[in-house]
Amino acid sequence: MTTITARTKDAIGGALMIALGVFAVVQGWSYRIGTVSQMGPGFFPTAIGCVLILSGLGIVLGPLLAQASQARQAIAAEWRGQLCIVLSIVAFVVLGRFTGLLPATFAIVFIAALGDRQNTLRSTLALAVVMMLVAVVVFWWALKIQLPLLAWGGS
Amino acid sequence: MIGQSLRDLWFGFGVALEPHNLLWSFLGVLLGNLIGVLPGMGALTAISMLLPLTYTMAPVPAILMLAGIFYGSQYGGAIGAILLNMPSHPPHAVTCLDGFPMTRQGKGGTALGITMMASFFAASCGIVVMIFASPLLVRFAFRFGPVEIFSIMLLGLLAGATMSRGSPLKGIAMTAVGLLLSMVGTDINSGVLRFTFGLPELMDKLELVALAMGLFGVGDFLLNVNRIRHVSGEARVRLRDIRPSAAEVRQAFWPMVRGTLVGTLFGAMPGTGPTITTFIAYVVERKVSRTPQRFGNGALEGVAAPEAAAHAKTQIDFIPTMSLGIPGDAVMALILGALLIQGIQPGPQLITEHADLFWGLIASFWVGNVLLVVLNVPLIGIWVKLLRVPFRFMYPAALFFIAVGVYSTNNSLFEIYEVLFFGVAGAIFLVLDFPVAPILLGFVLGPLVEENFRRAMLMAHGDLTVFLRSPISLVFMMASALLLAAQAAFGIRGALRGRQTGLVPRGPALHNVADVE
Repeated sequence: MTTITARTKDAIGGALMIALGVFAVVQGWSYRIGTVSQMGPGFFPTAIGCVLILSGLGIVLGPLLAQASQARQAIAAEWRGQLCIVLSIVAFVVLGRFTGLLPATFAIVFIAALGDRQNTLRSTLALAVVMMLVAVVVFWWALKIQLPLLAWGGS
Repeated sequence: MIGQSLRDLWFGFGVALEPHNLLWSFLGVLLGNLIGVLPGMGALTAISMLLPLTYTMAPVPAILMLAGIFYGSQYGGAIGAILLNMPSHPPHAVTCLDGFPMTRQGKGGTALGITMMASFFAASCGIVVMIFASPLLVRFAFRFGPVEIFSIMLLGLLAGATMSRGSPLKGIAMTAVGLLLSMVGTDINSGVLRFTFGLPELMDKLELVALAMGLFGVGDFLLNVNRIRHVSGEARVRLRDIRPSAAEVRQAFWPMVRGTLVGTLFGAMPGTGPTITTFIAYVVERKVSRTPQRFGNGALEGVAAPEAAAHAKTQIDFIPTMSLGIPGDAVMALILGALLIQGIQPGPQLITEHADLFWGLIASFWVGNVLLVVLNVPLIGIWVKLLRVPFRFMYPAALFFIAVGVYSTNNSLFEIYEVLFFGVAGAIFLVLDFPVAPILLGFVLGPLVEENFRRAMLMAHGDLTVFLRSPISLVFMMASALLLAAQAAFGIRGALRGRQTGLVPRGPALHNVADVE
């Protein structure tokens, strides 16, 4: 189990904000900035980028001024669950595009449910089948969703 | 003037009671309540999941339904907070403090009954305030030009960023991220593509529903998977338990009034979050109580006051949202987004131009609250059963609803990737203790802020002092400056005294939207 202090969190978070801000300024610069009375499309992104950089600096530097508590918080990544959730969403999009609503529904529910350690194969399958029924009745039949139930090769 | 308001309200009741509108309102309350009860699903999740359903509807039923979803899910959340100690909507973290001890003492039913009463009472008061306040606003609001609108939006953004829990600087950073996200797509003034990274799907802005579902749905699931375990509650509530005794009603009456006052006051202030409101209501109650030691051990007042405050704020929040286009919190930002999608520009003209919408909505609050009471009396048994749906079954099903819901918004599979992206981003922000709700506020207000600032500068020939020369704008600018100064002072004092301890107590059990607000 990894542990982390609030100060480290702030340092990472602040750095992330600074990076985002620099990116926004660089991008904004490449659109036209214009003048204050005749603003170009780049004006606002650049301004917001500056706000981000400033607040990022504040977030990084703030805890250094204070006597931040050194209490360490545990952060445990939940790789199995998180990976399954991410994969399930990708599977829905890919299968939705190439094979239709039913396989996509099965995939998103089945893969996501596998992420939980307490779910058995049987309960997972049952849940996926129930959701497929919901997909057919509610979304395909009642709400007339644009995805075909079953397709091959994509649209 | 008041007479005119009353006539308008009468007209509003006509609109809200139209069978067709009533049906949607009912459906909204029912669905909202249903989703709100489910563990880990708050008002934000409920509204963003059901938002796509309203896209094809006419504006009036759509907004009535969304409002119904809102207070339905808020009430549903209170059930979870009181019976299982699980706050799924941020303000309910406070309700847990005394609601759950009451359940332990076998008085969970009473707590629910009082909650119902408090919400109904507060909503009714909120309506009265709106009747008095809206004609004033109309007179006042016509003096709002781009300069004034920009100033008040700035105040709203700053308040939203700094008054929620956690570090104000992080709130400001998140608001800026939201503003930045709102710029993705084609710039309306010049046609330049901004931040599209060559993806044609991004030319037409990011999808609001995708952003909300990612941040508040998927982001939450990513953090909670394998963490929430089935909570075994001895919650057994029967129908007759719900009716509070006369003594209990008397005991809860003044807390309800005080809670409503706090909620009204904070509802009128743009950008103040609901958690802060409920927390202040709770603190006020503990301060005036002769027996403060009872708080935290199942004090009825500790349930009645925050719930009344939350519901009063909900009602009053619609005033700045609809008449000025400044949402009070992330939920209101979503409703504002829905209005914009319906082609309705919130602003001072809304009350007069869309009288059916505005007054219909006000009337529907009352109707909706009656529906809520009517629904919850027979259905409470079912809600208690629903509370026990394990998270391990709920989140895969919810993911499916999210995916299908986002797809059906624009028939675009690409937007599901947006959900995934913002889900991961939201989870990272949450782990780093950043609040994610300001992102939504910034995203919804972004285009309006940019447009009004541009217009103001165009008219003033780039003279920035114009914001200080208009008296209305000056007031807002001074309020913004005051807010920043106060936050800076708090920050420095906190730094001198060591690490700042959060103002708002952390909700038990769940690491979710409750921490985010």
